[in-house]
Amino acid sequence: MECDWPRDLAEALEALDADPHASLLAGGTDLMVEVNFGHAKPKHVIALRRIQALQAWEGRRIGAGVTYTRMEHGPHVALAQLARTVGSPQIRNAGTIGGNLGTASPAGDALPFLAAVDAEVELLSKARGTRLVPWDEFLVGVKRTTRRDDEIIVAAVLPERLPERQAFGKIGVRNAMVISMVSACVTRDDDGTTRVALGAVGPTPVRARRAEELISAEPTPSAAALAEFARLVSEEVRPITDHRGTEQYRRHASGVLARRLLERCLAA
Amino acid sequence: MRITITINGIDTEADIRGPESLLTLLRDELALPGSKNACEQGECGSCSVVLDGDVVCSCLVMAADAHGSTVRTVEGYGDHEVLHPVQEAMLDSGAVQCGFCTPGFVVAAAELFDTNPSPTSDEIREALAGNVCRCTGYGAILRGLEDLSANNAIAGDQTP
Amino acid sequence: MMYTTEKTTVAGGVGTSADRPDGTPKVQGNFAYSSDLSAHGMLWGATLRSPHAHARITRLDYAPALAIPGVSAVLTLDDVPGVKTFGMAVSDQPVLADGIVRFWGEPIAVVAAENADDARRAIEAIVVEYEELEPLVDPEVADERDSVFRRLEIRSGDQDVRGEVVVEGYYETATQDQAPLGPESGLAIPDGEGGVDLYVATQWSHEDHRQIAASLGVKDDQARVHLSGIGGAFGAREDVSLQIHLCLLALHTGRPVKMVYSRQESFAGHVHRHPSRMWYRHEANRDGTLVRVEAKLLLDGGAYTSSSPAVIANATYFAVGPYRCESVAVDGVMAKTNNPPCGAMRGFGAVQACFGHETQMDRLAAALDVDPLELRIRNAMGPGDRMPTTLQEIEGSLPTKRVIEQMRDMPLPPPDDATHPLHLPGGTGLTTDEAHVARGVGYAVSLKNLMFSEAFDDFTEARITITPVGVEVETAAAEVGQGLITICQQIVRSVLKMEHVAVTFVDTSQIGSAGSTSASRQTQMTGGAVLAAATELRDRVLNQYGGDDLDERGIWREGELIVTLGEMTDRELATHHVQFRHPPTEAPDEHGHGNLHVDFAVAAHRAVVDVDTELGLVRVVRVDTVQDVGKVLNPRALVGQIEGGIMQGVGLAVMEELVIDNGVIRNANFTDYLLPTFADAPEVMAEFIEEPSHFGPFGAKGAGEPPTISSTPAVAAAIRAATGRPITRVPVRPDDIVGL
Repeated sequence: MECDWPRDLAEALEALDADPHASLLAGGTDLMVEVNFGHAKPKHVIALRRIQALQAWEGRRIGAGVTYTRMEHGPHVALAQLARTVGSPQIRNAGTIGGNLGTASPAGDALPFLAAVDAEVELLSKARGTRLVPWDEFLVGVKRTTRRDDEIIVAAVLPERLPERQAFGKIGVRNAMVISMVSACVTRDDDGTTRVALGAVGPTPVRARRAEELISAEPTPSAAALAEFARLVSEEVRPITDHRGTEQYRRHASGVLARRLLERCLAA
Repeated sequence: MRITITINGIDTEADIRGPESLLTLLRDELALPGSKNACEQGECGSCSVVLDGDVVCSCLVMAADAHGSTVRTVEGYGDHEVLHPVQEAMLDSGAVQCGFCTPGFVVAAAELFDTNPSPTSDEIREALAGNVCRCTGYGAILRGLEDLSANNAIAGDQTP
Repeated sequence: MMYTTEKTTVAGGVGTSADRPDGTPKVQGNFAYSSDLSAHGMLWGATLRSPHAHARITRLDYAPALAIPGVSAVLTLDDVPGVKTFGMAVSDQPVLADGIVRFWGEPIAVVAAENADDARRAIEAIVVEYEELEPLVDPEVADERDSVFRRLEIRSGDQDVRGEVVVEGYYETATQDQAPLGPESGLAIPDGEGGVDLYVATQWSHEDHRQIAASLGVKDDQARVHLSGIGGAFGAREDVSLQIHLCLLALHTGRPVKMVYSRQESFAGHVHRHPSRMWYRHEANRDGTLVRVEAKLLLDGGAYTSSSPAVIANATYFAVGPYRCESVAVDGVMAKTNNPPCGAMRGFGAVQACFGHETQMDRLAAALDVDPLELRIRNAMGPGDRMPTTLQEIEGSLPTKRVIEQMRDMPLPPPDDATHPLHLPGGTGLTTDEAHVARGVGYAVSLKNLMFSEAFDDFTEARITITPVGVEVETAAAEVGQGLITICQQIVRSVLKMEHVAVTFVDTSQIGSAGSTSASRQTQMTGGAVLAAATELRDRVLNQYGGDDLDERGIWREGELIVTLGEMTDRELATHHVQFRHPPTEAPDEHGHGNLHVDFAVAAHRAVVDVDTELGLVRVVRVDTVQDVGKVLNPRALVGQIEGGIMQGVGLAVMEELVIDNGVIRNANFTDYLLPTFADAPEVMAEFIEEPSHFGPFGAKGAGEPPTISSTPAVAAAIRAATGRPITRVPVRPDDIVGL
């Protein structure tokens, strides 16, 4: 196996340009499981851990190499909440937001947040330079993204302004270190604009647009409106039954969790 | 491919064949079997080491990516004469049964106490939620580390 | 000769929380587990396993594997020189597939190569073609087709007895995995003369040895099994997994061979706790007297026998629990299917039955409108009573009533302040607000046999030697983490008044069997053997020298030291070996009756849970217990066994389940087979009843299994209390709580 340890993005892009099939290695928490289980046998690895530019978190631009541990102590409430639910301290010290995007697992914990705030993904290639892609054009299926082989995920870019009222929750059978059965992120603006995104209930994060529309129009939602919001969320998700949970439960829990998170936003 | 890692203070050279993990390198090539292999997917913490200052699962670190890094394994805590306070605390409370998870607990707990000498019970439980123990039910581990935390708090109070 | 009158008192004897001698190397990472071993010139082994639950192998071509540089051997069943099957009681599992694979993960071929990577590549290079066959995966269908390992039909008392109040129920328990953290692993070293030394993590080296020698076709003394460091067991290491494969590879290649299962492979490579389906009917009089229990227990043993016949016997014998009952009709069926083989796990059949009988007792209490603990106390079985199933009279101690009463009197925890997310269901997932939490309290009581039953010739050997520096204990008993090593030291210290006691785990050629480290038996068996050996040795030495006391300084007479340890040079005299048996038990008659068991223990558990009733999430807050232990030998170690055992019971109650789909395990990894973490651990308050056993060192009873047995139904009962849902299956799923 060949391994490159680029010190900066230029070196990394050079290496990737030379071999677009090289595996990009960030925290290793996904790739190494594949390696250990014999499912991945990379011949060429470009290790991104040493690139300072990827570690940078400047304003709304979160470098792809920012770990969950840093997000846990960062300024965004929901991002900190979700980071705390990721694996264990050991995993949070290694796993990165760029890795979460690159792997694009339906259960990726950072994804509902990025979907709820309408984040963009910043990609960089030697041939075409920087490209900003909206989250829903980047995440296109189960473990499928529109990253091109010669591109590196450089950052997650948040909008100029984020609603202060935001909440994240994640359901698993274990009370720590668990892959989500359902996760959700809700944000609410001062003007009532509400966004709700759910994870692990579809191939990619699900924005419950009808529920958003309903509740955004309610300055002070009634109990009936909250119930309708929950019902719509349950209707809009697209869960499946697998060994982690049933479709019925995920549908039910999506509505309950989204409503609770909304209530927390309203109370904040 | 030849890499250099500083392991427990010693500059160590190693030949890497493929994408194997740091854990495999430590155990099978460098004769440091203290870090344990129990799940190979970061779900049990038995292979915990400190990599460049952060506790991580060495099974999820590609050995090649540890090139130029500093690693501390369980073998780097305490010595033949004096145990690390976390090791002492775990022995005193009966936190060791089969002991397979113990090295991972030692590393993760030592790092916790390094940054937070007097953690609360909840802080201990959350910080060690990635270290699975199948024998003890965690009770004795918690009591040992709570005692250490209390002792540190007393010692801290006495330090001006 | 030295003369003194100052005698010392020995530290670390029976009743103290003596330290483990292996504690320091374990915290330092220096303790050598079987997966840590290596030898010069060592090869790595790997196993090819079936991807199908049931198939005929139509083609097996391993030439491509052998062609890989670095690959030394590929072995199939044809390469097994001796008996081609293995198994504990029944030798029915092919050492490697015999042309048909009968469960997912069944070993087909093994390879040895220069390194683990090459071994893995060799496995991938073997060409196998299968003709898939319909797997039999439904135990009820197996029962109908009479595909079973054992049936029991117990009829006790007047079968016409009827009660005034009747409750019926159907219950299920899922497949649980022991999940010891140390994976299966070992190192086999050929001796160059046709023999082999195997270093392995096992629960029973002599039983491994018997099966290994048979399959290798070698003389008994040509195979030696050495106990290596063992990373937990819980039943998973009672059966042979890689032992025979390793020895075959070592003898075939003439080189040391090491093999370590991955976690995924471990799930396929050892037996599990049997899943169960149970139908129960309890009948009682209005005054709460239990008068009749009818039950059918159907357990799924999977593809091969393992210890399934004994497990279904245990489930059936203990189907009523620790209660008197004049009329019983219990059928036990152990199905033979194409599911993964099941065998021993902590609790051994009593776990499944306990979930059934305890849920029934709660239902009966509700139907009678009496307190569930009052109902249990009213029917509690004690010494002099007869087991309702086997009709065996209870000998010695059985403080059923006391464990229940004492548990009832333990204080309940206050409501949680929820100052930290870990104090709420859902934990750091932040799913749950205090407003959605309901608290529930539930109880359960269990009965378990200790040591081997049903006329099994259960014995253990131990040898004790007084040396100039202390005492050496030699045994082949497996120290799996439970602390037998400390118990042996403590017993010797108390008897011989010598503090320095070294316990050496010797190989199968150096001593006879210590029996299995299972069935809560080693404290009573190996502990008993060590007590007998130490006592007899002390008497003999004192006799020889005319002394009246012995301690670490030497032999005393009338307060004076007359011979120092160093002067006791006669090794013949200073060594004593015992073969120790428990009182014999009987085989059951055709009705399932007889004195089948040696000893019993009871335990009571109370669980407190907080449930998010809307999301179906559970936090187990507390599990308190009172356990019948005979005598506390090491308080700290005992609490460790109890807390750890309760955790496994909690795991089965709320999260641990092997998801098996048409014979295939879907979650053979630690991401999806969920073990309780620190964040899931309840607080435990443990109290003990010390009523001496009629058989056990200092009156002690084995204590390893009871914590795992009634903790599960106690948690389920607490969830039932919090939610009002029936909760008839464990692990309890969110869907069951929400009512989907």
